Amino acid sequence: MGEAKTNLIELKHIIKQFDDNGFVAVDDFNLEIAPGEFVTFLGPSGCGKTTTLRMIAGFDLPTSGEILLDGKDISQLPPNKRPINTVFQRYALFPHMNIYDNIAFGLKLQKMPQDKIRQKVQHVLEMVDLEGFEDRKVSTLSGGQQQRIAIARALVNEPRILLLDEPLGALDLKMRKEMQLELKSMHQRLGITFIYVTHDQEEALTMSDKIVVMSEGKIQQIGTPEDIYNEPKNAFVADFIGESNIFGGIMTGKCKVRFCGGEFTCVDDVEEGTLVDVVVRPEDVILTPPGKGVIDGVVTGVIFKGIHYEITVESGKNEMVIQSTKTPAVGEKVGMTLDPDGIHIMIAEDHTTRFTAVADSEYNLTFNDETIHCDLTKLIPGSRMQNGQLINNAGEVVDPERIRVEVSIKPGDIEMSDDEEAGLISGRIINLIYKGDHYSYVVRTDEEHDLIVDDEYLWNMGDRVGLILPEEKMNFSLKK
Amino acid sequence: MKISRKTLGIPYGLFLVLFVIAPLVVIAYFAFTDGTGHLTLGNFVGFFSDPNTMGTLLYSLVLAFVTTLVCLFIAYPVAYVLARSKWKRKSILLLIFVMPMWINFTLRITALKEILTLIEGNLAFHPFLNTVIGMTYDFLPFMILPIYNTLERLDESLLEAASDLGADSVQAFLRVTLPLSTPGIVSGVSMVFLPAMTNYVVLDMLYNSTYIMGSLIGSYFSAYDWNGGSMIALLLLVIICIFTFLTGADESAGKERGGALL
Repeated sequence: MGEAKTNLIELKHIIKQFDDNGFVAVDDFNLEIAPGEFVTFLGPSGCGKTTTLRMIAGFDLPTSGEILLDGKDISQLPPNKRPINTVFQRYALFPHMNIYDNIAFGLKLQKMPQDKIRQKVQHVLEMVDLEGFEDRKVSTLSGGQQQRIAIARALVNEPRILLLDEPLGALDLKMRKEMQLELKSMHQRLGITFIYVTHDQEEALTMSDKIVVMSEGKIQQIGTPEDIYNEPKNAFVADFIGESNIFGGIMTGKCKVRFCGGEFTCVDDVEEGTLVDVVVRPEDVILTPPGKGVIDGVVTGVIFKGIHYEITVESGKNEMVIQSTKTPAVGEKVGMTLDPDGIHIMIAEDHTTRFTAVADSEYNLTFNDETIHCDLTKLIPGSRMQNGQLINNAGEVVDPERIRVEVSIKPGDIEMSDDEEAGLISGRIINLIYKGDHYSYVVRTDEEHDLIVDDEYLWNMGDRVGLILPEEKMNFSLKK
Repeated sequence: MKISRKTLGIPYGLFLVLFVIAPLVVIAYFAFTDGTGHLTLGNFVGFFSDPNTMGTLLYSLVLAFVTTLVCLFIAYPVAYVLARSKWKRKSILLLIFVMPMWINFTLRITALKEILTLIEGNLAFHPFLNTVIGMTYDFLPFMILPIYNTLERLDESLLEAASDLGADSVQAFLRVTLPLSTPGIVSGVSMVFLPAMTNYVVLDMLYNSTYIMGSLIGSYFSAYDWNGGSMIALLLLVIICIFTFLTGADESAGKERGGALL
């Protein structure tokens, strides 16, 4: 491919904010797609992947940013003016037309001669293995057949790009596997660029040339399936793609990392003392006799999974999931070790929660109408309280309305409670990742702020929780 | 004792026999007999050979046709806008169109009569026009509701698919929205056309002295010609059956009719 360098479509700084509730569905999305690529948007529901697809199709317009097709901005064009066709999640076949008219819909609008339309319709029907279905009604077709017709209806227009919005979501497992392979081979034969949306990581890994992992409107990682699986960029990607054990750790030397109570050799050279997240794939853990590995543990569960056993081992406070063909008994002591390339190091993100509190007329710090006890005289050097007024070192009264204090608190210091009124703020758990000896939660407040909270106990996705921020664990600093 | 389904059906069964089947039998008996009780087809021959009664049938058909058409042209855009609007309180708008039905029928038409008199001076000058206005006023909600129901349930993704395949908004409307709303149109039409053929009260109140099918039947009965009246009633029943069969051939239309009765 001589033209491999030029991009077919480019998305630049795409932001989508919905008018009615101000929700930012897609936040600064940047992507380049070369002609003929099979690109998959992968992420949990609500991550913005479908919204992005809809903006490429033209059903939604971006709030800002550009969508360049062959270098020309198409972001404001209506769908019928774009050389792009879509396969809809629930097919969206026209129920009042037979299969022939469904497929010929686009061609008839182009005023193509009848015999040419007939020829093309027959051709695509052959391609999806449904010859002779022209006169059938949509309602007489099975889900899988409707799916194929939807693909045929889009492909017959010979689009530059084919968009597929979770097209296999409604099919049963066996059918899905078949269609995955069929779509992949169709893509290879036709050479059309495919943009595919799914929440199924296995589907994405099987079919794609390039995967875009998304979460909460942002791109988490772009890469080939191998990259994404072997070198996840952060804990979210590692957790979302495949099974993984994620532990908090610290670098203890050149290519040395300490986690789960043992020191391991790894391939990543990260500065000593750096806090890291360590990802260990279950299939990379090597079981050894007790005392022969780096760490020891006790088997707490063994599940037969067909090709392998899934073994859960408790080591101290940490829990490790292992895939192995060996079958240790529950309660047995085992040793565990890892090859250096079985350890994936990710620099831990700073998850400290920060918010700004203001002072009321009595110089009490408040946030969300709750008082936070903080001695302001300690924050403002040389200041003192006199007659209920705060006097600074120059002897002037400090206007309470001008006091802004940044409060910060570490994820592990925040406590969660069933009682939404128990703490300063409340919110809903929108994400959780198991990190060996604790869970890391993302709690979204009603004001759409995300807080990271570490907690030993398991809460459920979607739980409403009150967040207790102990004052003794808070750090205060004055804001200018 | 367990109450079986059959037991539960008894009240309706009684109702059916007393008020549906029995009257039909009586009507059929009178329609095919003469004043002395002898079997005859003379009532039918009389109806079809009399230019006056045939004229009434034609007038009724034209009146019903025009009323239905006017209702359709007013109701479709309204239903379309209501169903497509993203406004959360659109049910209130719908209510505004349906609310007149809650006011007493005679009162409504009397009010309309006063307004029309104000505009036209004398109602006698435009009997046909006034009748169409009156009937449209009366029957419009029956046209709006079924069309609104079909449009409301129209899957948005079908319109997106049409647009995706190259249709502009007019083409998408003509090729997708309109055909998919025909069940609603059919049910709306049958709910307006049939009453419009027989509802002579509107004519009466708006001083339109022309007979339509309903008034014709009434006139036979007040002249004690039960046989002639029954015959016309039976004839009308057959016309309605044919009409319903023709328009109701689309099975989904039946569902819309149900939906419209809420």
